[in-house]
Amino acid sequence: MLEVTDLHARYGGAHILGGVKLTVAGGEVVALLGRNGAGKTTTIKSIMGLVRQISGSVRYEGRELLGRPPHVICRAGIGYVPEERRIFADLTVAENLEVGRRPTREGAPHWSVAHLYELFPNLAERRRNQGKQLSGGEQQMLTIARTLMGNPRLVLLDEPSEGIAPVIVEQMARVIAELKREGLSVLLSEQNLHFARLVSDRAYIIETGQVRYEGDFADLDARPEVSEQFLAV
Amino acid sequence: MSFYFAQLLTGLANASSLFLIACGLSIIFGVTRIVNFAHGSLFMLGAYIAYSVVTRLDAGVFGFWFGMLAAALAVGLVGLAMEFLILRRLYRAPELFQLVATFGLVLVIQDVALAIWGAADLLGPRAPGLARAVRIFGEPIPQYDLALIGIGPLVLAGIWLLFHRTRWGILVRAATQDRDMVGALGVNQNWLFSAAFFLGAALAGLGGALQIPREAVSLQMDLNVIAEAFVVVVIGGMGSVAGAFVAAVLISVLNAFAVLVFPQISIVLPFVVMAVVLVLRPHGLFGKPGSGHGAPGEPEAPLRHMSGRGRMALAALVLAMLASPAVAGDFTLILLVDLLVAMLFAASLHFLMGVGGMVSFGHAAFFGIGAYGAALAVKTLGLGMGGAMLAGPLAGALGALVFGWFCVRLSGVYLAMLTLAAAQIVWGITFQWQDVTGGDDGILGVWPAPWASSDTAYFYLAAAICLGGIWALRRVVHSPFGYLLRGGRDSPVRAEAIGLDLRRHQWAGFTLAGTLAGLAGTVFAFSKGSVFPDVLGIAQSVDGLIMVLLGGIHALAGPLLGAGVFVLIEDWVSRLDFWRFIFGAIILAVVLLAPDGLAGGLERLRRLLRRTTGGGAAR
Ligand SMILES: Nc1ncnc2c1ncn2[C@@H]1O[C@H](COP(=O)(O)OP(=O)(O)OP(=O)(O)O)[C@@H](O)[C@H]1O
Ligand SMILES: [Mg+2]
Repeated sequence: MLEVTDLHARYGGAHILGGVKLTVAGGEVVALLGRNGAGKTTTIKSIMGLVRQISGSVRYEGRELLGRPPHVICRAGIGYVPEERRIFADLTVAENLEVGRRPTREGAPHWSVAHLYELFPNLAERRRNQGKQLSGGEQQMLTIARTLMGNPRLVLLDEPSEGIAPVIVEQMARVIAELKREGLSVLLSEQNLHFARLVSDRAYIIETGQVRYEGDFADLDARPEVSEQFLAV
Repeated sequence: MSFYFAQLLTGLANASSLFLIACGLSIIFGVTRIVNFAHGSLFMLGAYIAYSVVTRLDAGVFGFWFGMLAAALAVGLVGLAMEFLILRRLYRAPELFQLVATFGLVLVIQDVALAIWGAADLLGPRAPGLARAVRIFGEPIPQYDLALIGIGPLVLAGIWLLFHRTRWGILVRAATQDRDMVGALGVNQNWLFSAAFFLGAALAGLGGALQIPREAVSLQMDLNVIAEAFVVVVIGGMGSVAGAFVAAVLISVLNAFAVLVFPQISIVLPFVVMAVVLVLRPHGLFGKPGSGHGAPGEPEAPLRHMSGRGRMALAALVLAMLASPAVAGDFTLILLVDLLVAMLFAASLHFLMGVGGMVSFGHAAFFGIGAYGAALAVKTLGLGMGGAMLAGPLAGALGALVFGWFCVRLSGVYLAMLTLAAAQIVWGITFQWQDVTGGDDGILGVWPAPWASSDTAYFYLAAAICLGGIWALRRVVHSPFGYLLRGGRDSPVRAEAIGLDLRRHQWAGFTLAGTLAGLAGTVFAFSKGSVFPDVLGIAQSVDGLIMVLLGGIHALAGPLLGAGVFVLIEDWVSRLDFWRFIFGAIILAVVLLAPDGLAGGLERLRRLLRRTTGGGAAR
């Protein structure tokens, strides 16, 4: 469904991605692992059209998306959940969801506000609160719910487990499982190997802007030297 | 008591007008991050269009209010066209481009209005049914003022409903906080920006239209209102509509009472209030620090030392200029002095912006302080030219030292606005303080010493001073101090982290830029023999910005090239009819076609030529 090949990205003079190659199949949860500064966020942002100096190819359902503006990429069916959450602090929870709302999409599950409040009961309670009044965990829930309002078929999740309490991390794992059950594909950037193992089917490891490993977790466990070399374990 | 109540009502009526124009400005800035200098022009267009519609419709009550709405709608469409044809192409460009482009629009609209409505002031009709005064506590209050007092809050409520009860409004509020995220959620930003421009422009048009029963419609309305509108937006917090309302009321009511105590104050009061508010709350009363997302994050290209060939070309140019008195007539020499002054002025502004990272909308303040400093040294202190030539830059330095202390506490648009305020305060004081500065009549008879009084001699003196100043600036740029400033410009956080007192360095840089601008003003004063408040005006500040932009911000030679081209174009164009239109169109063309300035444009042209002639060694 998503096929990234030879993806290069720069910020000014700095060459950050040097030919990333990865695929995500329909209904699959794929983890993108790597240390701080390895290039996970840059990969995700590049797919989403948020990095300006990029080259290579990002094909989604047979369509080339590289070079298209973010709103076109979103409308094609890719949802983006940013690392820093970026909820709209002055808008209420309900308004934040409204910003993400898009028409129903064929072949993708449809998420109504009511359905999302079921999935995230905390948000239902706080629907009239402003984004800035939420806790970190609630904000993380909100940013995912907001993206789901766009009825995506593929979700790019940038470090969902970062900086939130263990209870919430568990809840997050359940949410990702729920997305998979609904038939969504997920590309998940993670530093937390345990969390990634819990929710994903396969993994890529990225280091200094290149994919250094790809395979499933059983294989990764069989080769401890790989995780030692590329991950902070 | 009743008198004070009447005064309060007058203040509130003024607040409504001010709010209408300021809130449109604020909405546009909030969504698009464009500082729209042309907003005053939209206000003016609103007044003219309303005048035409209402006088043609044989104003009944219906005709009058229909005229108001028609004007708002028409101006909204003008704003839409502006956004669609020009500004849309500049969203990714540095903010200076957008600013200068909107100033180009100011010039174009000025002349379009002149062509359509003529130069004479137009006196609009009274509002039918509201033409008289009612007595409140015995004081006569114009009925129309009462209507205005009602309209302000009504519009505020309307915008509130629009922003909270419609999907479009929610998107606008979201985009004001983080427009890139809104894009990533599938919203087409272009569409949102156009709509914001339409709404903002329509509000400005309505504001202008509602003025016609109160003041004559004139070609000065645009720049008269824009500075104050900026002030209101900044005090309220850029992007905040409620803030604009509170600020408009604050300014207008304060003003209504302050003039009772000190009649001259109304010109400077808004700017003083703004300076105080910004120092206490750097993002205005209701503003928030920008999210950082959606800023044009293009890292600055490093400044290069000039190539050998570039140096040679520059040296040749300087030599040719120095040799010109042998062949050139007096007119050319006078033009060359203008050129030298412009170069030093532009170089000092470029130093502030390109090296120090502090965008200034009010650099004319220091140019003017220098000019007045020198003129007063001659006229009041009785110093000779030598003493005055020290006094000018010294005054510039002092001014920059004082204003710089406030300004370096802020960054980005707020800093730019505070510099604008500084310039307006100085302008206001100069304009009002008849006894010392001569007010509007200026100071005459500021002539050079006898030995320098011939055109040729003064040309060489000016060349020595201005080129010396530019040379000194270049030295500073490549000194450790210059590197520190640039480091601070590119990553203020990192600079602070390594223990650099960035503010102190910026303050020093600000003062240096002010000193050299003052020096340029001094040379200017003696070349003209007189000084008028214009030297402190917004137009003078914008001229500097245009020069820097024309030359391109990344090259040290940029401002020199920009100043040269600017002076030559201005000299040529200002003799033509409708020169504003032509000049504005030139500015727009440059901004659209050479977004990295003339220097960058030339560089690209050169590369293109080399690639096509040199066998296509493409990258
Ligand atoms: N806007 C930017 N400008 C310049 N360099 C950047 C920018 N954003 C990221 N980088 C650099 O790009 C590299 C990769 O960053 P990226 O954010 O993709 O890493 P990451 O794998 O997501 O790390 P983390 O786990 O910390 O989120 C880093 O070295 C970072 O410093
Ligand atoms: Mg990251």
